Amino acid sequence: MPEQVIISARNLTKRFGHFTAVDTISFDVMRGEIFGFLGANGAGKTTAMRMLCGLLIPTSGEASVAGFDVYKHNEDIKKNIGYMSQKFSLYEDLTVKENMELYGGIYGKDKKYIKEKTASILKELHLEQEGDKLVKSLPLGWKQKLAFSVAIFHEPEIVFLDEPTGGVDPVTRREFWNLIYEAADKGITVFVTTHYMDEAEYCSRVSIMVDGKIEAMDTPAELRKQYQSASMDDVFLKLARKATRSE
Amino acid sequence: MKAVSVEHIIKTYPDKKQTITALNDISFEVSKGELFGIIGPDGAGKTSLFRILTTLLLPDSGKATVEGFDTEKDYKAIRKISGYMPGRFSLYQDLSVIENLQFFATIFNTSVEENYDLIKDIYSQIEPFKHRRAGKLSGGMKQKLALSCALIHRPTILFLDEPTTGVDAVSRKEFWEMLKRLKEQGITILVSTPYMDEAGMCDRVALMQSGSILTIDTPEKIVTSFKHTLWGVRANQMYRLLNDLKAMPEVSHAYPSGIYHHVILKNGTEKQLLQQYLEGKGHAELELIQSVPTIEDCFMNLMEHTDA
Repeated sequence: MPEQVIISARNLTKRFGHFTAVDTISFDVMRGEIFGFLGANGAGKTTAMRMLCGLLIPTSGEASVAGFDVYKHNEDIKKNIGYMSQKFSLYEDLTVKENMELYGGIYGKDKKYIKEKTASILKELHLEQEGDKLVKSLPLGWKQKLAFSVAIFHEPEIVFLDEPTGGVDPVTRREFWNLIYEAADKGITVFVTTHYMDEAEYCSRVSIMVDGKIEAMDTPAELRKQYQSASMDDVFLKLARKATRSE
Repeated sequence: MKAVSVEHIIKTYPDKKQTITALNDISFEVSKGELFGIIGPDGAGKTSLFRILTTLLLPDSGKATVEGFDTEKDYKAIRKISGYMPGRFSLYQDLSVIENLQFFATIFNTSVEENYDLIKDIYSQIEPFKHRRAGKLSGGMKQKLALSCALIHRPTILFLDEPTTGVDAVSRKEFWEMLKRLKEQGITILVSTPYMDEAGMCDRVALMQSGSILTIDTPEKIVTSFKHTLWGVRANQMYRLLNDLKAMPEVSHAYPSGIYHHVILKNGTEKQLLQQYLEGKGHAELELIQSVPTIEDCFMNLMEHTDA
């Protein structure tokens, strides 16, 4: 299967007044990749991610996501991506099934699709008994896994994950990564940020942002070799220590 | 006298349907001058424990003392000698950096000048922005201001609730270096974190999960008490490797752990068998080594034994 570019950025830039949050970044992400988007707090990750999600118009440069231009077709981008963050995931006062119905409806899926998809997700996660329970009554680990499944409920081309595993126990964190692997295996492209450097090792490729620019981008193995480091943690420290600005 | 003593603390929160047990019969002690870590995921009970020790919450039962003072009877004495940095940023957003600091100094009947030497190392990093409103600071700067405010009355004991959560790896390292320097000044520090790799920075740690303490020891001893032989495996296709490992009947545990997948074999299984099995599955660039357990490996292992 030929590699297919699913996210492409060329000299993508965002300025707020005199502050250049994202400074001429260029990269391609291939279909089915797990792309780790790393950087220190304030490096510009969130701004870059918001542009790629169609939520923020760039100052200059080009980018396309799932074939749609970030300037002209940002509404189409939103329909074709999924998004999950640690801070915002599911509605606590709705049941598991209601959350799925809500998200399915927002993405324009019909009743039949919603019903079948809901059943298959609950089965996959072994949560058949939990469908009618309020989300707030579930343990954090289950919520995180459900939130991921809801983010890809409409079978998007790409899913953006913003620090998805914060605060969960190590077993759940690994179960969560198993879901990521499975999604990537099905051809969904995963764009993920994290502060856990062991998770950087699980990515197909990783980019590291420093002060608004992409300082390094390659497979974890290549980056370790290039920076003569035993781990991605070490690579990250070597690069991020160069930063001169803080948020 | 211990800096902190906790005896059989139970704390529950009643809910409509079920009662949530935040702390389930917790006991431990912290020595003076110790850097003590409370490590566990969300929902472990870390914040409830800190709120009890800082006299902001009463336990259902059990007893706790801080520097010999009872958390219930002597709460005023504890509040004078302890510094507390809550998990959520709790300074006055509409006051400037220096106003916040002066405010907390005044409340404790002291002044910024009097204790400047203690906070200098940390505060000097945000001093160039001292007229900026606290609400307009970056995450890292807020963290430094909150720590300065917690220190301004020269406490003998510090309670830091998840100071590094959501903070990048570089800033986290810097924060721990600051804590080490504070420890050298003789301050007892209790710090909670969900990041298991931070355990190594503490003198001793309590690993917590769902309201219970799984173990308390030095990070070194926790690692050496790991009972199993831990193997590290890698190959060119890590996801396929993981699935193959999970499918092998002789494998008791297999999970990703950074560069390698960690594997625990069932009793009596030789490394050779694992090697042959994986070669048989056609894995290229196969590497099989004996791994040193991390705190995460120990945590997962202890979690399992507690569930059973």
